[in-house]
Amino acid sequence: MALSREQIAMRVAQEFKDGDYVNLGIGIPTLAASYVPDDISVMLQSENGLLGMGAYPTDDAVDADMINAGKETVTAITGASIFNSAESFAMIRGGHVDFTVLGAFEVDVNGNIASWMIPGKLIKGMGGAMDLVAGAKNIIVTMTHTDKHGNSKLLDACTLPLTGVNCITRIITDLAVLEVKDGAFVLRECAPGVTPDEVKQKTKGALIIPDEVTEMQF
Amino acid sequence: MSGFNKVVTSYEEAMRGLENGMTIIAGGFGLCGIPEGLINQIKTMGTKQLMVVSNNCGVDGFGLGLLLEDKQIKKMVSSYVGENALFEQQLLNGELEVELTPQGTLAEKMRAGGAGIPAFYTATGYGTPVGEGKEVKTFNGRPYILEESITGDFAIVKAWKVDTYGNCVYRHTAQNFNPMAATAGKITVVEAEEIVEAGQLSPSEIHTPGIYVNRVIKGSFEKRIERRVTAKEA
Repeated sequence: MALSREQIAMRVAQEFKDGDYVNLGIGIPTLAASYVPDDISVMLQSENGLLGMGAYPTDDAVDADMINAGKETVTAITGASIFNSAESFAMIRGGHVDFTVLGAFEVDVNGNIASWMIPGKLIKGMGGAMDLVAGAKNIIVTMTHTDKHGNSKLLDACTLPLTGVNCITRIITDLAVLEVKDGAFVLRECAPGVTPDEVKQKTKGALIIPDEVTEMQF
Repeated sequence: MSGFNKVVTSYEEAMRGLENGMTIIAGGFGLCGIPEGLINQIKTMGTKQLMVVSNNCGVDGFGLGLLLEDKQIKKMVSSYVGENALFEQQLLNGELEVELTPQGTLAEKMRAGGAGIPAFYTATGYGTPVGEGKEVKTFNGRPYILEESITGDFAIVKAWKVDTYGNCVYRHTAQNFNPMAATAGKITVVEAEEIVEAGQLSPSEIHTPGIYVNRVIKGSFEKRIERRVTAKEA
């Protein structure tokens, strides 16, 4: 069965290692922060200039000068630091952030990602997404495997304007964990109750199914 | 020593010299850390055909969104816009032009502009619509695009504390683009919550040295919150 948003977030959180600096995009990626295992610590980077983002504030601790990249009020954890936007993107573009997790409309077999613009609809902007995909050491894309019409989001070539090229190596969907390698998607894990055949049917881009495909563990 | 005193006492004085068609670089991220009174003054002046370089364009009726009401902005250079209906309307009508710029590239364009670096190479945007028409150069096997820096006729900056010499300290994430904006204006105007005498800020805590700053004014700030989110009570 397809995973819920929370389950995708739980699976994403399993990727983190103790001591990782992580930037989480809006949506499912942000949910992953709630599922970081108790025995490890990760530090969240918010690209408006905060390393060590904490929980939302209590009512009496709301501070207009403390927001995250989604413009929501937040707090800072012990050991946090605050800096300007150029410094923030030096961390990102200089490859100092260990993990970036973000959503996408489409990903293709060459690791290209489209996530910011649908022609014909109002374009609001890319924010920091292009910097993040160009700079982070490891990028994980989280998305549903297909759109609401059942069309695959994993393609041989993205059809929408790109956010970045040759930058995606790992994708976690509601059906599977896949790697992008040598011009193909490689199936690594299936969601419980999902078969490699179902993943193949719903993956439009070239898909390699190795002998060993494990079931996701939670 | 009075030559270093940057304090002005009226908003008219703070924005004197702003003319139609000029470029303004503005600090702020969303509504956080924006020079509210300086924006209000630009609205009062009614200056038109402005190019505004800012990560965002405020919201309806607040921040830079105010300058849309009388169509004062001709072009925005931003990474993320469209939080307001008026913006969307003017964009669709063709009354407003937008140059969408990746957030890190925008910060670097200001930083480099202020530092006298006319352009720089970055991997950000290569192979995307942002990279179209830009020079590509390969370093260590990876392609980069050439991005040109930005300077402004004016920079408008919001600080927490500033001393009379223009040395600035920002508070929390209200820092954001303000330090870069401060370096990139021919005339840099700082609106601060508090003005203190030179010497009252520790030299080690200064974020923006006063050399970049031309005018300083004490403001009063509403500090509107765009998305107030609180922890659920346990």
